[in-house]
Amino acid sequence: MSTLAYTMSDTSTMLRRQLKHMIRYPSLSIMLIGMPVVILLLFTYVFGGTLGDGLGGTTGGREAYLAYVTPGILLMTISGVMQGTAIGVATDMTQGIIDRFRTMSIARVSVLTGHVIGAVIQTFLAMALVLGVAIALGYRPEADALDWLGLVGVVAVITLGLTWLTVALGMSAKSVEEASNTPMFLMLLPFLGSAFVPTDSMPTVMQYFADYQPFTPFIEVVRSLLTGTAVDTTDLALAGAWSLALGLLGYVIAKKKFNKS
Amino acid sequence: MNTQKPLAISARNLTKSYGDNDVLKGIDIAVPEGSVFSLLGPNGAGKTTTVNILTTLIPSNGGDAFVGGNHVKNDADEVRKIIGVTGQFAAVDGLLTGRENLHLMGNLHHLGKKETRRRSEELLERFDLVDAAGRAPATYSGGMKRRLDLAMCLMGDPRIIFLDEPTTGLDPRSRRTVWEIVRELVKGGTTVFLTTQYLEEADELADRIAVLNDGKIVAEGTPAELKRTISGGHISLRLHRADQVESAAQILSASGFDADQLTVQVPSDGSVSSLRNVLDTLDREGVEVDEMSIHTPDLDDVFLALTGGDKTAA
Repeated sequence: MSTLAYTMSDTSTMLRRQLKHMIRYPSLSIMLIGMPVVILLLFTYVFGGTLGDGLGGTTGGREAYLAYVTPGILLMTISGVMQGTAIGVATDMTQGIIDRFRTMSIARVSVLTGHVIGAVIQTFLAMALVLGVAIALGYRPEADALDWLGLVGVVAVITLGLTWLTVALGMSAKSVEEASNTPMFLMLLPFLGSAFVPTDSMPTVMQYFADYQPFTPFIEVVRSLLTGTAVDTTDLALAGAWSLALGLLGYVIAKKKFNKS
Repeated sequence: MNTQKPLAISARNLTKSYGDNDVLKGIDIAVPEGSVFSLLGPNGAGKTTTVNILTTLIPSNGGDAFVGGNHVKNDADEVRKIIGVTGQFAAVDGLLTGRENLHLMGNLHHLGKKETRRRSEELLERFDLVDAAGRAPATYSGGMKRRLDLAMCLMGDPRIIFLDEPTTGLDPRSRRTVWEIVRELVKGGTTVFLTTQYLEEADELADRIAVLNDGKIVAEGTPAELKRTISGGHISLRLHRADQVESAAQILSASGFDADQLTVQVPSDGSVSSLRNVLDTLDREGVEVDEMSIHTPDLDDVFLALTGGDKTAA
């Protein structure tokens, strides 16, 4: 077998290990998927009536708000899965088996790649579930086949970027507790962006931050695709650039940490 | 000597420090192929650090080490291909079953599906884990976990095995099982590098022992050689009459005596002939003896003497 074939084989072995972990220990996954669902219900049924009127659309009200908030909640779902990933990575690093992997002649990065691909799969499953709940509440996406395809691609790129960053956070944490806290900002950023209210309703300084932080372009691209409207090229470029930058940063840090410690 | 076996593990002047803390202060190691080498030392002596360097887990600060002829830093991947490591803490995946843990190893060694299954079942059988194979290691006893750990380490059929305190925390029976496994491996030609804080263990298993204390090797040799290096062996006599103590000590060239306690210590290797010699001399000189005991040195004497402990208790 060639080096590439070995790397592929080791990565698939590690991915299968991750998937088994998710199935054997589902409580974490359930909790992480439950959180965005609760926020979706809260914002639709508690705040939705009032917030929907403030959107300035023709209809307003709860229904309009559900349509507005769903893309933001979908991005929050990624944040939730990331938290689980950071915990998973940190837990793994505290176990003796990682030292065993390190003393074996395997493609080293496969240990981390297993986590990353596992997280991407988990994200897609979680997002499909949350989207299902939104549809049950009355949300109606207007995307055509091409939009859905684009959505899958965009979500995959965003998730890859965020996951590598999260793996680096998990590797850098000194304990599992710390690892469960450090990705918290990923949960907060949607609030400081366009997930729940349009950014032009915010004060100037706040709006400036909100428009350029990673989650606003992520949310806007997903929102455009789901509503079947044209994607803003600036948002698309920003979303791509952020994903790439965060992913690369995370990859470099994670790899360095794995080889060192 | 050209009859000497090639070295499976060798190290020259290995050093490692964490900040101001010098963990290894320049140690040399030479382990011939097919032998058992034991690094013996108290907690904090640097045993695990040495294993971590030799198994490519951490780099040394100074010195060179070779495993199977490969430099541990420059050819780390070549080293990893031929070693198996069982660390101090069970390196098993707690969420996979015992069998899945072995399959995981087989897949990572690229053994192929059939060979992975065959070897897994063989090892489960050999280590008495067939009944537990379908359960997660979280439900295992300490001894079972250690056996699974060893089985995982053997999936890749390593030429050189590192065992870091393989029996720490095990009950005596599990410990004997681990010893049996080690002996079997050596019979098959595997080189074993073992660290332990139990003298009995090193004495039972090792061809050569190095005593590590405070980052330095303070003694090295076969178990027998180490025992000879220390003057622990003697015959202890308690005489009947106080006035005979000093003269008896002189005649027997004693290593020490105590007139108040009526005791005399005569150096001895514990053999029957040396014992007969002492008794004959005492008879000839008409010395009355109330009590006699033979003290042969064991590795405890060596260990405690070399690592600066108190050996009066022995």
